[in-house]
Amino acid sequence: MGATGLAIQLAYVISAALFIFGLKLLGSAATARKGNLLSAVGMLLAIVAALLDQGIVEYQWILLGFVLGGVIGAGAARLVQMTAMPEMVALFNGFGGMASLLVGAAALATAGSTFVLITIVLSILIGGLTFTGSLVAYGKLSETIGSGAVTFRGQQIVNSLIVLGILASAVMFCLQPENSLWLYLIIGLSLLFGVMVVIPIGGADMPVVISLLNSYSGLAACAAGFAIGNNILIVAGALVGAAGIILTKIMCKAMNRSLSNVLFSGFGSVSTEQTVVEGEIKPISVEDAFYVLEAATNVVIVPGYGMAVAQAQHVVKELAELLEENGCVVNFGIHPVAGRMPGHMNVLLAEADVPYDQLLEMDEVNPRMETVDVAIVIGANDVVNPAAREVESSPIYGMPVINVDKARTVFVLKRSMASGFAGIENPLFYKENTRMLFGDAKESIGGLVREFS
Amino acid sequence: MEAVFLTFILMLAIFLGFELINKVPATLHTPLMSGANAISGITVVGAIGLAGTGQQDLSNWLGAAAVALASINVVGGYMVTDRMLAMFKKRGK
Repeated sequence: MGATGLAIQLAYVISAALFIFGLKLLGSAATARKGNLLSAVGMLLAIVAALLDQGIVEYQWILLGFVLGGVIGAGAARLVQMTAMPEMVALFNGFGGMASLLVGAAALATAGSTFVLITIVLSILIGGLTFTGSLVAYGKLSETIGSGAVTFRGQQIVNSLIVLGILASAVMFCLQPENSLWLYLIIGLSLLFGVMVVIPIGGADMPVVISLLNSYSGLAACAAGFAIGNNILIVAGALVGAAGIILTKIMCKAMNRSLSNVLFSGFGSVSTEQTVVEGEIKPISVEDAFYVLEAATNVVIVPGYGMAVAQAQHVVKELAELLEENGCVVNFGIHPVAGRMPGHMNVLLAEADVPYDQLLEMDEVNPRMETVDVAIVIGANDVVNPAAREVESSPIYGMPVINVDKARTVFVLKRSMASGFAGIENPLFYKENTRMLFGDAKESIGGLVREFS
Repeated sequence: MEAVFLTFILMLAIFLGFELINKVPATLHTPLMSGANAISGITVVGAIGLAGTGQQDLSNWLGAAAVALASINVVGGYMVTDRMLAMFKKRGK
């Protein structure tokens, strides 16, 4: 290793340290922005170091790639709507996977040992399935394709055959790396496999899928790092892989389901339960709701994906401010799987200028629910369903939920009486203390705001 | 030996990642994901080496395409994360 080579390796060490420190600063909202900046500096350093490599004799293709990717990335980052963040992250996961697939395939030209060949297979496999899996996830999230679970007879058999095919081609590839048929087979089957693993997963489970694909995009980079023998790819890829795995675990726990249950059984296929819901639906007008809120001293707002769809976050913020001026304590209760990706609600409310210390996690908000005068549920359904505590036959029994029914009064803002995304009956709507405020969430809240002012 | 050495690094990095990410509060999970996305663009470092070999062969083209894709992740990921984090404000500010 020459002096330049040594300098490059040292630069990689420093950039790894910057990534780690950046992630550490992400542990608090106050320092998170600085953390992201440090991480970006680490990336810049790694890129500059890579450019100094003496094996590089011409720069025009690198430059072209940078410009092309940079312009697309910067444009997307500036233009994306906060409601569309899940789609964007899904798409970016896919690009990362594809990049690792390409690097893995290109590394074949210089591959020596069987170990390197195996890591090439892994980077192609993980990268490929991340790419097509993310494209399907993107399609489901942006609703360019149906967001429901696609299941068909013999699906498990087809999937098993694909896995066997991948294994067989991988073995043949390691035995005959010069025969490019095996390489193409692995690429093709990996891409197909990505589609097959994501289509049976329904829209409500998307937070799990994006987290998992996020993890895969890191692991693909990691495998590519093995294939070309580069430390920084391994370290950075492993950090991303770990992040995705932890988020996946949190999402699964919040839905009280195992990962294999999410991956292999569409939520829609759960048999409809036979619960007899007692009580009647009690609608309330905007005017009456206003009188209740005017007298309230403690309000908790529980948003769900419906708030994002109705683009109601800004008017919700207005209502929260008016309530506070009226001498009322207002908090937001955020369920971990509210929205279509981890933390989605928090970003939407932050965009509407709601301070982050007003956003409480489920475990913080539940113990104080008995002291709450009014809980306002906006576009959320399954995450506030008391059947998760009370009805043992319910498919969501055991899932931790926000116990809004324990508040003195519950307002549920809802378009109609159709059941939630998962198609599960919600006894909350029939409770003694529940009042239904029917109509578009944005208009209903807007009506309340007008009553106050 | 090289393989063992690299696997060793992998194991340590994964444990470190678990420790770090476990401390990230739920409110920052979306920026964490987009930030992690940007970091996974580290593949660009590997792609640079392949795209600049000067040989007009397949692996050169694959490398150039990988540079472009990974740059989308790096640039887009960091920028959108920064945009989101700039919106997070404490009460009374």
